[in-house]
Amino acid sequence: MPLPRLIPCLDVAGGRVVKGVNFRGLRDVGDPVELGAAYSDGGADELVFLDISATIAASASAVGMAARVAEHVTIPFTFGGGIRSVADATALLEAGADKISVNSAALARPELIEELARTLGSQAVVVAIDTEGGRVRSHAATRDAARDTLEWARECEGRGAGELLVTSIDRDGTQEGYDLAQLAALRDAVSLPVIASGGAGNAAHVAAALEVSQAALLASILHEDPARLVSLRDELRDLGVPLRDAA
Amino acid sequence: MRVAIARYGAGNVRSVELAFRRLGAEISDDLEGADIAVLPGVGSARSAMAGLGAAADVLRERHAAGRPILGICLGLQLALDESEEDGGVAGLGIVPGRAVRLQAERVPRIGWATVEPGGEAYWFAHSYEAETDATVATSEGHAAIVEHGPFVGVQFHPEKSGAAGARFLARVLESSGLDRSFQTEGRARPVPPGGGAASGA
Repeated sequence: MPLPRLIPCLDVAGGRVVKGVNFRGLRDVGDPVELGAAYSDGGADELVFLDISATIAASASAVGMAARVAEHVTIPFTFGGGIRSVADATALLEAGADKISVNSAALARPELIEELARTLGSQAVVVAIDTEGGRVRSHAATRDAARDTLEWARECEGRGAGELLVTSIDRDGTQEGYDLAQLAALRDAVSLPVIASGGAGNAAHVAAALEVSQAALLASILHEDPARLVSLRDELRDLGVPLRDAA
Repeated sequence: MRVAIARYGAGNVRSVELAFRRLGAEISDDLEGADIAVLPGVGSARSAMAGLGAAADVLRERHAAGRPILGICLGLQLALDESEEDGGVAGLGIVPGRAVRLQAERVPRIGWATVEPGGEAYWFAHSYEAETDATVATSEGHAAIVEHGPFVGVQFHPEKSGAAGARFLARVLESSGLDRSFQTEGRARPVPPGGGAASGA
């Protein structure tokens, strides 16, 4: 298996990295290129940019941002938010993104996963799943998608998804640790790589998630501070997690 | 050093171009005359072969003339005789071998993995792998670097592999600018991930 991955997640809106609670009171915390490059220098294995303002189709500004990131960041990055079509996804990949992530659009029309996989290859297609109590949530977790999480994960795999980014809404923001039982069930349900998300409060939580998943998404634990990524990597190494040597 | 990238709708062309520009290379449209031709690749084998069109012959002629070609990811797989992707697709046939469905614990195989010899980690994202005697370096048992005459193919993405990837591409540029006599030996000297033969030659 490839080495376990640490993936900082940057929420973006209007071309800036933002921070907010429940999408309200968004605060500008920096430039996506500068912060992305700093995380890359700090040893990130990949980056995820999530456009939380993108309720409309992937905008020209999202493509422009992906293009600027690709100029300055030399590790892989995923772009998510507002992608509804193969054309949206292709524009982002041509700008320099390596993967795209879809969530509500795939729930609304699951064939989208097949269309994306056929054109871009499965390795570029991430399906993000927000899960609460074993059930899928949609539209930034505001709605019940009326699907069982494990069943939806299997369906995504069958339709050609290349990776699953699974966020536990139960744990998100709690800093009490990832939902390990859910992640273990997903590991057994699919043979795709799984990126664990939601609940990280300390290095031990991340290490535990990397025992059952292939990657850990890092959001609030980093406090938008690349220096925190450096210290977290050191702590994880001390816990015996075999991270790559990023030098 | 002039680098020409085969354009056939592969998603990672811009990333490859940016990576070579960072190393000071000049990007050219002259696939035939450039110092090195790059066959990038993200996507499916069938649509890639269809998209290559006339570039397929240019690449075959370059190979026959002993002029350097770098294949990346799907670009490596396209150089083989055939791929079992999409129910079977004929490749360029410049490297003996075939691309087969990846046998791994998790497919696609995504992430950083160590390449031996050399010991450096590079970023991989693939569902198929090369099965060829021209393999000169492996990663967890899978072909990672393939060399056949003037062709070097890598299963990983050097353009997305940070500092290690940049070092690898710098060595490719360096070796493609060398005396080409080594290419007439039929099998080029390996470009080991950790440096060595190519950079020291």
